[in-house]
Amino acid sequence: MKSLFSLILVLLMATNTYAVTKVNGAGATFPYPMYSKWFSEYNKNNKDVQFNYQSIGSGGGIRQLIKQTVDFGASDAPMKERDMKKAAWPVKHIPTVLGAVSVAYNLEVNGNLNLDGETLSAIFLGDISKWNDGRIQKLNPAVKLPNTDILVVRRADGSGTTSIFSDYLSTVSTKWESKVGRGKSLKWPVGIGSKGNEGVTATVKQTEGSIGYVELAYALKNNLPTVALKNKAGEFQKPSVQGVSLSAASLKKDAKVTASIVDAAGKGVYPISAFTYILLPVKEETTQLKEVKKFLKWALTKGQNMTEELHYAPLPKSLATKMLEEIK
Amino acid sequence: MTYLHWRKFKNIAFHASLYLAAVIVLLPLFLIVSYVFKMGASSLNLDFFLAFPKPVGEVGGGMRHAITGTLYLVAIASIISIPTGLLCGIYLSEFGKGKVATLLKFSIDMLTGVPSIIIGIFAYILIVVPLKGFSAMAGGVALSIIILPIVCRSTEEILKLIPQHIREAGLALGLPRWRVILNIVVKGNLSSLITGVMLAISRAAGETAPLLFTSFGNMYLSYRIDEPMASLPVQIYNYAISPFDDWRRQAWAGAFVLITIVLGINLLSRLLVKLGSLRHLIRRGIK
Amino acid sequence: MVRDIENVQNSFSTENNGNISKKKSFLTYGEQDKFAYFLLKLIASLVIILLLGMIAMLLNSSLPAIKEFGIGFAFNDNWNPVEDEFGALAFLFGTLVTSALAIMIAAPLSISVAVFINEILPTKLGKLISLFVEMIAAIPSIVFGLWGIFFLGPFVKDVLTPFLKSNFGFLPLFQGASFGIGILTASIILAIMITPTITSICREVLKTVPKIQKEAALALGATRFEMIKIALIKPSFSGLTGGVVLGLGRALGETMAVAMVIGNSPTITASLFSPAATMASVIANEYAEADSDLHLSAMCYIGLLLFLVTFIVNSFARAIVWKKQRKARG
Repeated sequence: MKSLFSLILVLLMATNTYAVTKVNGAGATFPYPMYSKWFSEYNKNNKDVQFNYQSIGSGGGIRQLIKQTVDFGASDAPMKERDMKKAAWPVKHIPTVLGAVSVAYNLEVNGNLNLDGETLSAIFLGDISKWNDGRIQKLNPAVKLPNTDILVVRRADGSGTTSIFSDYLSTVSTKWESKVGRGKSLKWPVGIGSKGNEGVTATVKQTEGSIGYVELAYALKNNLPTVALKNKAGEFQKPSVQGVSLSAASLKKDAKVTASIVDAAGKGVYPISAFTYILLPVKEETTQLKEVKKFLKWALTKGQNMTEELHYAPLPKSLATKMLEEIK
Repeated sequence: MTYLHWRKFKNIAFHASLYLAAVIVLLPLFLIVSYVFKMGASSLNLDFFLAFPKPVGEVGGGMRHAITGTLYLVAIASIISIPTGLLCGIYLSEFGKGKVATLLKFSIDMLTGVPSIIIGIFAYILIVVPLKGFSAMAGGVALSIIILPIVCRSTEEILKLIPQHIREAGLALGLPRWRVILNIVVKGNLSSLITGVMLAISRAAGETAPLLFTSFGNMYLSYRIDEPMASLPVQIYNYAISPFDDWRRQAWAGAFVLITIVLGINLLSRLLVKLGSLRHLIRRGIK
Repeated sequence: MVRDIENVQNSFSTENNGNISKKKSFLTYGEQDKFAYFLLKLIASLVIILLLGMIAMLLNSSLPAIKEFGIGFAFNDNWNPVEDEFGALAFLFGTLVTSALAIMIAAPLSISVAVFINEILPTKLGKLISLFVEMIAAIPSIVFGLWGIFFLGPFVKDVLTPFLKSNFGFLPLFQGASFGIGILTASIILAIMITPTITSICREVLKTVPKIQKEAALALGATRFEMIKIALIKPSFSGLTGGVVLGLGRALGETMAVAMVIGNSPTITASLFSPAATMASVIANEYAEADSDLHLSAMCYIGLLLFLVTFIVNSFARAIVWKKQRKARG
């Protein structure tokens, strides 16, 4: 009995020892659905490589890359100077896709809500506490707003979504910038914290009068109404894949890819958009690193055609081509 | 009301409150399990158990890697921690005096209160960083630190309550002390001890936080102890926080499977103990 | 039987030189026992070293935060990751309040259920019910968290809150708005989670009370309730406390489920409906994404404080048991 068992065990283990290169990566949760689709598609034609990506968070991804426990990292926010210094080699930021942070709300009203940066900041600062506040009414003349309290829902956990959202609020409101600032975890003036995008989605869905920020896919998949935000060109734009791509198009030719693209100029732009990056170490090439580069080349070309069905925006073609140069 | 009537009333009220307590305690169980089943039943098909994950949007895909991973990790953790925990519990109950014993009791008390994420961070610093890689070994070690104090504590409590005369009888028959402990004290109360062990394993099988930084998670199935390994709680967590319905339903299905696995281990161990004692009786009978 | 006769015959044969106890062991019993004792002590020391290692690791990681904030960290409730200002008071509050509330709910319920299964129910039914109770332990903590968000939260908000407010609204505990997630929801979930632990240990403890004591009480005319009170619970008090302390330990350290339903607002309020944050939940929520080294270090400092809280709670419980035992003896 025992010998049979050990024989089975050995056989099971033996089936796993053919030469497959295994690559590990860690980082942001935001692009996880996209990356898992990419890795699966890539694996179909490249059976000798297995990519294992785990979404432990942007900060986690950066730390694991520095500690060299993974082969590549992924982050929504670019690495800070002090983290770059800690790494044993330079790290390249390769943007892969774009995403939007939408502002979802739960309110029984006859029409879609419009807001602008200043008002949004005021709501999240706690300066505006009722839905029928004059400032909101002014932006929505056709909508009858009720006299209910606004419940602000934000993230309990540190997240790249928060950092993009706070980046936007800091850009459009000096009061927010001085009082709260930018970051993945913040000292929020008001509001309750829910864990993860799905937590915020659930809370907003269940609570009348609530407002919260979530990645676009969550709002769309759960049929949450989203705010149309005023962009720099003066238009009120609901979040959409096109609106996000246009944000990236506004990036100047020689600007760094790690630059922020919130509140970008141009028509049709959705103001809360951002890149998500893969962090590529610049060191002597290991088998794993070679495979990562090969994959990235595929992701920046063929992979870009798969983004829209998952509600991510593809990179502008010029940027993708520029990045292909970087990877060499 | 006479004093007797008052006592009788207290008796009835007490019984009523006991029934009420049982209902209150069991109500959440049925609520949760039915909720999990309701949300995940649609995703429970053969594919779920035999297939590997598919990216979102593609039908099918399962959690075979995660199910195997959880069993594997729990097995590693159990091998490390159950003997250790049992021995520590035996030490505390049989040889409870002295500096080492007091320190041990104290350490166990402290270890029960450590948040699981700190245990994960500890295993990360201990194993992942020096070996420059996530591994099933690290995950197993993290889970074993969770199992250890629970096993030790419950073993100690159970063994302490065995009357002393049983041990004295064993010694009087001429057995060395260690045989008295092993063959009489422990063997005689195996089912109670297994209850404690099962409680610990159930807890470990459902933990997510300690595995995030140790066994990491894996989209593929790997049996190697030095590579990242998928596990049901981590996989459920990854899927549950996604925006996609298909994945979310799979997360609930995964939760249901996890609960079933843990229960299965529970029931199986009880069955084994029963069988073990049956075999003993049969042997005796034949002689 | 046959073998015994053979042994006796053997002992009288001349080959063995009349040596009855010719055993094939290379150690005497005394030596065997000494070795066993040594082995146990060794393993015990390993476990102690494990704990010390963990504390050492936490100390090492929290040094930057200790240097920066000192002891005042525990009394400061300002938690601002952007400005790198950290204080743990709000989390201490959250942990203590949720754990205390969880124990207040769970301990009486669990002990009642333990008594119920052991004394009132017939054996087969008792085994079944205890199996159900242990099933609760099989539910993973994320499932508790998810159920809390989707089911218990709305329940607390829509059903429990109005009920509590209309009957006990004069207490500051039940004032203020309720959003479903917060201290009350987290405490209820914690109570559910620690119940199987407390119940199963208490059951084992209660089982070992000799039948004779229970029958003596009944023979003297006690009602069932009085018998349970006098002959069952009083003598097992230290064991029951042991079970409750084990449950409390789990409540103090529970990470995932609490992190999902507590709202993570580092505030100190009197209302049970408001969101809060516990030491374990803030580590779970912010560790992966922590930006600065000081942020990480501050969280390790919180971990250290949690160790301290566990220590104090355990010593306290031990002191109570000791006092009660002294009273019983004296």
